[in-house]
Amino acid sequence: MEIVNLAVLPEVTSAGVAIKAIIILAIISAVAGFGTFIERKVLAFMQRRLGPMHVGPYGLLQIAADGIKLFTKEDIVPQNANKLIFKIAPSITAATAFIALAAVPVFPDFTIPEWIPLLGGVFVPSIAADVNVGILFILGMMAAGLYGPLLAGMAQANKWGIIGSARTAVQFLSYEVVTGLSMLAPIMLVGSLSLVDFNNYQDGGFTSWMIWQQPVAFVLFLIAGFAETNRTPFDLLEHEAEIISGFATEYSGMRWGMFFIGEYANMITISVILAVVFMGGYNDLGFMAGWFIVVFKIAFFFFLMLWVRASWPHIRPDQLMWLSWKILMPVAVVNIVITGIVMMI
Amino acid sequence: MYEQIAFYLFSVLTIGLFLVTVLSKNLLYSMTALAAGMVMISGFFFLLGADFLGVVQLIVYVGAVMALYAFAMMFFDATRDVKEKNPNGAWIFLLGGMVALMMVLIFSAPIFSENIQAIYPSIAGATNPQSVGLVLFTKYLVPFEVAAVMLLVAMISGIILAGKKMDQSLTTEDDVLNTEIITEEDDK
Repeated sequence: MEIVNLAVLPEVTSAGVAIKAIIILAIISAVAGFGTFIERKVLAFMQRRLGPMHVGPYGLLQIAADGIKLFTKEDIVPQNANKLIFKIAPSITAATAFIALAAVPVFPDFTIPEWIPLLGGVFVPSIAADVNVGILFILGMMAAGLYGPLLAGMAQANKWGIIGSARTAVQFLSYEVVTGLSMLAPIMLVGSLSLVDFNNYQDGGFTSWMIWQQPVAFVLFLIAGFAETNRTPFDLLEHEAEIISGFATEYSGMRWGMFFIGEYANMITISVILAVVFMGGYNDLGFMAGWFIVVFKIAFFFFLMLWVRASWPHIRPDQLMWLSWKILMPVAVVNIVITGIVMMI
Repeated sequence: MYEQIAFYLFSVLTIGLFLVTVLSKNLLYSMTALAAGMVMISGFFFLLGADFLGVVQLIVYVGAVMALYAFAMMFFDATRDVKEKNPNGAWIFLLGGMVALMMVLIFSAPIFSENIQAIYPSIAGATNPQSVGLVLFTKYLVPFEVAAVMLLVAMISGIILAGKKMDQSLTTEDDVLNTEIITEEDDK
């Protein structure tokens, strides 16, 4: 069956992969910038404020103003900091976020129409790098991304930074187990680690979505995903009210901006994983085309993160550890055992 | 050709990073080089087509080195160089000699490489995780279970060592705990 499919599909050329990589980089960094604007507007709406209004219509040009500010701001490196590590840290966050996106299928395969000059007829695959172990690769890369905050906090010779990086380690060691274990039950059902197989497993319409078979895994992964992207309620690393700005205290200008591009790219990655693994992926739904509906699913999860930020307070680090190790991990293990028993029967 | 370029690139980077790990006196440099070197090693697994092992290497060592950072943070000042005590010269001679011997053995190993054959050839059609699982649960079942029991023992002993005051919350009962610690110190 698979061999037949492979024969029908056009060959994946390096030009196609390069185009896909450029699409990912361009769209995601643009969306990440736009995401900051959306976040401020949504939070303002939920808190009965107006949000940014002065630059451009409805404050739309605020992104451009912020960009100019970030790029032209003086780049300060503290005197006693470990300068090399201090400069490397932001690029770790941004780079790993985009490397993780390389293995994410966002849109279905498509071929560029023949009438477009130069690139006509090039086949663009749905994934830039179709590794067989896609889901593990993405989670591993996002985990490696936490080295950015960790190194930033330790390199800057600032007490708030040290506390921020200690919290990074705490947060990583808490949620990482839950992410892996909650994802294990869907992996057992599908029998593959490839995100394309996850998508094809759910091609039977609305009722075949993974969320109906694995509601517990969905909730667990959603909670772990919030911790993975450092979103409120688990916004421990740079908890403004307690530790100034945590790992980002000494950063300014574009180095600071790279942390946030990485964070928003990670939010999009988690939204895509939730959409592809649990919510039917980019399969057609009724009369709506797959690429169209998947954008809505991703946007919904992105909105959910902002919604939660507006509704929930921060929690303390010890509460996060308690939640992860004493509640979420046992529930995830029980979920795996029950899934295994049901599959064997 | 790309594979050879990638192999030499990863080799140089791995060896260079681990050299930094050993030679640097700055804590932050050596830990960061250790983490980066572990990531580079996963590149070799990807080159050999063992995607699953490569990703496992990535996930496991990223987490393990992160825990190491947590300990380093507690014991050292990350922005200063660590002052090392000069150990006994005899140890350096012994360790240096053993490393030299190992280098000779490693470089002379290809002489015997024709004698080595794969006893369990890879199963056709099985994906990466499947073939790892097959070998792990048939041929290496006993070592696998022994390792599991050892980890369980380590986990239980860790809980026993750390869990003496698990029923008390550190943050909500600050005052109670502080007075307790003070009285304990007085007793000593």
